[in-house]
Amino acid sequence: MEPFAFSRATDAAKAISAAARSSTAQQGAEVRFVAGGTTLLDLMKLNVERPTQVIDINHLPLADVERTPDGGLKIGALVRNSDLAHHPLVQRDYAVLSQALLSGASGQLRNMATTGGNLLQRTRCVYFRDTNMPCNKREPGTGCSAIDGFNRTLAILGTSEHCIATNPSDMNVALTTLEATVVIRGTGGERRVPIGEFFLLPGDTPQRETVMMPGDLITHVILPPPHPGARSHYLKLRDRASYEFALSSAAVVIAVQSGKITHARVAMGGVGTKPWRSPEAEQALQGQPPNEHTFATAAAAALNNAKPQSENGFKVELAKRCLTHALSTVAA
Amino acid sequence: MSEKKPGDIVDIQLGRRNFLQIVGITGAASGLGLPIAAQAAAIAAVAHSAADADGLVSVQLKVNGNVQTLKVDSRTTLLDALRDHLQLTGTKKGCDHGQCGACTVHVNGRRVNSCLSLAAMHEGDEVTTLEGLGQPGNLHPMQQAFLEHDGYQCGYCTSGQIMSAVALMKEPCGPANADVKEAMSGNICRCGAYSNIVAAIQQVRKA
Repeated sequence: MEPFAFSRATDAAKAISAAARSSTAQQGAEVRFVAGGTTLLDLMKLNVERPTQVIDINHLPLADVERTPDGGLKIGALVRNSDLAHHPLVQRDYAVLSQALLSGASGQLRNMATTGGNLLQRTRCVYFRDTNMPCNKREPGTGCSAIDGFNRTLAILGTSEHCIATNPSDMNVALTTLEATVVIRGTGGERRVPIGEFFLLPGDTPQRETVMMPGDLITHVILPPPHPGARSHYLKLRDRASYEFALSSAAVVIAVQSGKITHARVAMGGVGTKPWRSPEAEQALQGQPPNEHTFATAAAAALNNAKPQSENGFKVELAKRCLTHALSTVAA
Repeated sequence: MSEKKPGDIVDIQLGRRNFLQIVGITGAASGLGLPIAAQAAAIAAVAHSAADADGLVSVQLKVNGNVQTLKVDSRTTLLDALRDHLQLTGTKKGCDHGQCGACTVHVNGRRVNSCLSLAAMHEGDEVTTLEGLGQPGNLHPMQQAFLEHDGYQCGYCTSGQIMSAVALMKEPCGPANADVKEAMSGNICRCGAYSNIVAAIQQVRKA
């Protein structure tokens, strides 16, 4: 691990102005905030992350979960994944989020990992994590080792000729389906970014993964009020029964009235370069009867633009079945 | 191993620390990241810089009930602080990347991977290691159950397994063996003593 200066932030504004001196908030950032540390420390030990300054934000007052006036939920960036998963309001109104959180990592890691940190979780692509190998995300312009390499676990949606790395988070898939808003405080004040705009496609700048700018601090995530009468579900498929990243996952929210689907939100994990919302699937579900034919049609629509690599062609069918099963479960 | 004196370890660390400080200065000057002047300004801008003039970070934490004040290289993980600075070697280093669970300890009553946490992040925290659970002649019920059920073979993962299992008692977890297996999936046993580990945990849960 490279040497770094360590400091404890007692004030968000000062932490933000210190971090704003970094040339980027993306790959290669010289200043990093640390909260749970589960991603950052892992990558610092691999020399993938080499900050010269680490600012501990654990003592900032950002660990509350509270109702918003309109009946939604405001989640502090420092709320631990385990606390969020077991929060009574999350379990009652946003089951998909609780299920997604509990399907990720381990009991120990969930006690450490935070809401803000999970949003910024990095890909598990083996080439990104290995500094001996070319990787456009880690070192722009060096090439993508995965496209002609080990790509079984990597993305089939949202890829580019420069990067096919998968976003590994389960929480982010649930937040996408719930249409969460990310509250960011930076040097220019506070801004609210819909989660659909928070993550960037790799394109020809795979080192840029989010809209985060130098100094930006995620302070909260806001969930809109739960859709009346809707049910939600998270299904995760993986190589092991537990403690493994998704090969394919589905987060769905469905409301049914008089035998017709009146509200549908669909996102997939494990298959996209970012948490993958599927408006195509949602459109195929809207107004239709909740049956196997509808679900299979929606799943086919969701994977219509899939671009498999040499080793991950199986993910196309797996993702369809995953989505179909999740929809069947929630509509049962 | 049993003849090793704490003083030996401290001497070794001082040597390593000096070496790393020299490497650190060279590394910063080689142009990775901010210039040194900008770094100093950036640090000053944060309300509370934890580093002393010698570049070490001070941290005070309570370990197994005892207040400890440490001065550590900023890179020191909680795991390395426990093992190398406080000689609490009951906590094991396995993968050092949060994948195996051998380093599991309790921080403020909750289980965490001590390898993925900086010691400096634990100012004011209460840490419990295996040594704080029980001792020979006065074992914690979970330690006793692991003995009775032969919940180990080589024993390297056992400390982490027991720390995880004890924390599990206070977590939401269903009654079935499958629930225990899911809750314990962050602790890997290379020898495959899983069924005995589950039996030990279930005995304590039902007691």
